[in-house]
Amino acid sequence: MMPFEYEQAQDPAGAVATVTGRPGAAFLAGGTNLVDHLKLGIAGPDLLVDVSRLPLDAVEPTPDGGVRIGTNVRNSDLAAHPLVREQYPVLTQALLAGASGQLRNAATTGGNLLQRTRCVYFQDVTTPCNKREPGAGCSAIDGYNRYHAVLGASEHCVAVHPSDMAVAMTALGADVVVLGAAGERTVPLIDLHRLPGDSPGRDTILEHGELITAVQLPPLPMARRSTYHKVRDRASYAFALVSVAAALDLDGDTVRDVRIALGGVAHKPWRASRAEEMLRGATAGEEAFVAAAEAELEAARTLSENGFKVPMARNTMVAVLRRLAGITGDAS
Amino acid sequence: MTDQLSLASIGEPLARLDGAAKVQGLAPYAFEQPVDDPVYLHPVQATVAKGRVTSIDTERAQALEGVVAVLTHENAPRLADTSDRELAVLQSDEVAFRGQLVGAVLAETSEIARHAASLVRVTYDEQPHDVLLSSDSDRFYTPDKVNPSFPTDTDDGDVEAALASAQVRVDATYTTPTEHNNPMEPHTSIAIWDPHGEHTLTLYDSTQGVHSVRKALAPVLGLDKSDVRVVSPYVGGGFGSKGTPHAHNVLVALAAQRSEGRPAKLALTRQQMFALAGYRTPTIQHVRLGADDQGRLTAIAHDVDEQTATIKEFAEQTAVATRMMYAAPNRRTSHRLAALDVPVPSWMRAPGETPGMFGPEVAMDELAEACGLDPIELRVRNDPDRHPGDGKPWSSRRLVDCLREGATRFGWVDRRPPGKRREGEWLVGVGVASSTYPGMAIPGSEALVRFEGGRYTVAIGAADIGTGTWTTLTQIAADALGCPTEAVNLQIGDTNLPTASVEGGSSGMSSWGSTVVAAARAFREEHGTDPAEGDQTQAGMPKNPDADTFAIHSFGAQFAEVRVHAYTGEIRASRMLGVFSAGRIINPSTARSQFIGGMTMGLSMALHEQSVRDPRFGHIVNHDFAEYHIATNADVMDMEATWLDESDPHANPMGSRGIGEIGIVGAAAAVANAAYNATGVRVRDLPITADRFVAALPPTPG
Repeated sequence: MMPFEYEQAQDPAGAVATVTGRPGAAFLAGGTNLVDHLKLGIAGPDLLVDVSRLPLDAVEPTPDGGVRIGTNVRNSDLAAHPLVREQYPVLTQALLAGASGQLRNAATTGGNLLQRTRCVYFQDVTTPCNKREPGAGCSAIDGYNRYHAVLGASEHCVAVHPSDMAVAMTALGADVVVLGAAGERTVPLIDLHRLPGDSPGRDTILEHGELITAVQLPPLPMARRSTYHKVRDRASYAFALVSVAAALDLDGDTVRDVRIALGGVAHKPWRASRAEEMLRGATAGEEAFVAAAEAELEAARTLSENGFKVPMARNTMVAVLRRLAGITGDAS
Repeated sequence: MTDQLSLASIGEPLARLDGAAKVQGLAPYAFEQPVDDPVYLHPVQATVAKGRVTSIDTERAQALEGVVAVLTHENAPRLADTSDRELAVLQSDEVAFRGQLVGAVLAETSEIARHAASLVRVTYDEQPHDVLLSSDSDRFYTPDKVNPSFPTDTDDGDVEAALASAQVRVDATYTTPTEHNNPMEPHTSIAIWDPHGEHTLTLYDSTQGVHSVRKALAPVLGLDKSDVRVVSPYVGGGFGSKGTPHAHNVLVALAAQRSEGRPAKLALTRQQMFALAGYRTPTIQHVRLGADDQGRLTAIAHDVDEQTATIKEFAEQTAVATRMMYAAPNRRTSHRLAALDVPVPSWMRAPGETPGMFGPEVAMDELAEACGLDPIELRVRNDPDRHPGDGKPWSSRRLVDCLREGATRFGWVDRRPPGKRREGEWLVGVGVASSTYPGMAIPGSEALVRFEGGRYTVAIGAADIGTGTWTTLTQIAADALGCPTEAVNLQIGDTNLPTASVEGGSSGMSSWGSTVVAAARAFREEHGTDPAEGDQTQAGMPKNPDADTFAIHSFGAQFAEVRVHAYTGEIRASRMLGVFSAGRIINPSTARSQFIGGMTMGLSMALHEQSVRDPRFGHIVNHDFAEYHIATNADVMDMEATWLDESDPHANPMGSRGIGEIGIVGAAAAVANAAYNATGVRVRDLPITADRFVAALPPTPG
């Protein structure tokens, strides 16, 4: 571990000013990902500005009927919050599907969004990785890529974003409030994370020194009927092979509105806009669900070990939509 | 027949005597032993799989404040014996596997040592490597024997002819992946080097056998055994990986020679353990079964491809259980080893039986289906009266009782044809497999009994790796002395105590128990029932008169209920039951933990565990607990273990046969067979993961 300086932030603006002014500085929140990176040599900041004690830890209703989540709200607390449980069950389920109890107690909302990929080559400084070292090459494309992306990847990087929480928030259409040296701005969560393209080193659109201060969930009554299904290799403490966050609003048999986001398939939480479009106004049922899922996955490109993700993502979308539509039992 | 103990404490669920100290954090594990002014060690590992070190630049590391020394092959103390090349640490520039030790930093703190290690620049003359086990490898050879000393191949009758004329045949290939032991406590050692002290080397080590570590390390370091003391009272698991010393033990001893009398402390990181602490070889098992239409086996062939390292041979005895499991007049078993540019494989819980009972026990399930027989009935029909290999009578063979008892308890009668039971979104199935493990005792242990302060000190350099030795050996000693357990003061885990065999092969309790019983009886013979203060007697493990006459094996039946998600392919084992015949159970409480622990590890093997070795780089790339999956609490749903109430008088004076390993054996096959019953999809390659099913499951099942 490289030696580094440490300081506790006194206020958000001060923290932003400090980090902005020092290229080697980084924010520290829950530390569940960054501290691993310090040990593994993936990150070597010369200054850690600890923002975890800033009082940005409220979950509050907003005047328009949404919810504002302070960046320092711990994953466990957010999952348990009555407003979230009642209005956005998909978010509670996603949070509880992530990591382990101990990690959820430490991990923060903003930190969860900004956690980095668990690609084994990214996490091992003895193997080439374009995300860690631009131009070094991607070891995953021809390597162990069982967990890697099938949508939106590039020849430079096939990593996936590991968050469950972010998938649910993407389905809900969340916004992220960002504080920078020039002031505050609001970014749709769907635009926060980048696709890798030819610069996979950058996970997000944030500039150095910008600090996430809050996440805003819009009012979304249909989200009361929402769910999260995470397909993983063991029942706890495993990253998603594929996950689906969805909410469904039916008018009789007709889909009035629908929200679908996928996890484990791309460099960012993947909003299934194409599937949503096809489903709006359609008759809810197996046939429409399969067609929408397949349309969303039409652009999928698979690697040597992750071809299963396409049928898995399709089937998981179908299973989740069936459940939300109240279809039980075997399809005929 | 051995002279059986009369029982008082044996059989009682005595709570772990070390439990309170452990939960209070008062039981010192190796790294926690209090030592003065230590230096901390962090290894530097090779980043090529084969080649030579051409230069090591230690300048930046050495310049760091707090660095005491940087060890490399150029400056490390010379070892006296480098014939065991796994232990020939820093003695040459040769690199034989990725992750091999090529250096180490000694520093004032573990953080400084780690940072400095990252600053050491090593360059290599890299040579082509081959780390991938495949059946067309050009690295295969036939070893002289397989672990520990079984014949490599056997061939009885005419297997090919019998297969050719069999009415029913199964011919399939099964694979098990590389798996790592991954005990919760990492491999840790503290070494103190003091040429003028009572012991030149004192090693606080996390090990399954203090005496075996001493015996292996003393000649490597050019020391007499009496110059070395190894201390290991508490161990947080080993599963075989702490059964023999590994390279890190030598490294810490070398470091202690360079730290000017200061203790050298080393705790391997989890990632380092994937290269330096042993692992289970992957196996490719070609299994062929021939039977008549009544399901009576006429031929069994079990041909195994597996790997070893170029620097040291370890030949897993994968096909050995096949030699005794079922009756068939024509039997063939074989092992081929590929010597690859990989770390040395080693013991991992039930080496041989664990992988070796996967292929054949799934094949038996396939044969049952091909014969139209219930898989339990198939096994009953092929249960041999005597050991099929050497013809010896069984000391006890109650596999059929285990299967029938298990069938009743598990509700086997409700089993449905493959793919025919659905509950909501889940396909549900059940499966069964047999389990077995030999009843072993290792000769050579000694125990001392001394009467002092109104209690009996019972001293033996045995190990407790979480198995319960502190408790169960106390119970045996109490019954052997005819006193309450409170009157026994057991001492283990130190080479200053009489010599004891390694805790391995499920032999610990048989070996040490027999030894303690012999010492207690000799003590009573010599000093009577009213001894004087300081009276003492030492005795060794007596020869078991029945060991050569009888085939001594434990048996078990593993049952599993598996659920596979009809859409996503997710697989969970919702119920598991193991019924075991393992002789007398010394302590039902610790025994249950052993059985359930073994079954959990078997479940983990079935569904989760797989070390992924990248053929380009040569190392395990999923080398941490986030990526190397072990069953979590949430994966262990309804798990039960039970056993037949019995005693094996041919095994030892306790009537016990050892239980550390049988719990894992057959568990993975039971899960695989249940997965087939749930889905109709036969998976022959472990681990069984969701992707094996998802393509086979239509989006509109039903």
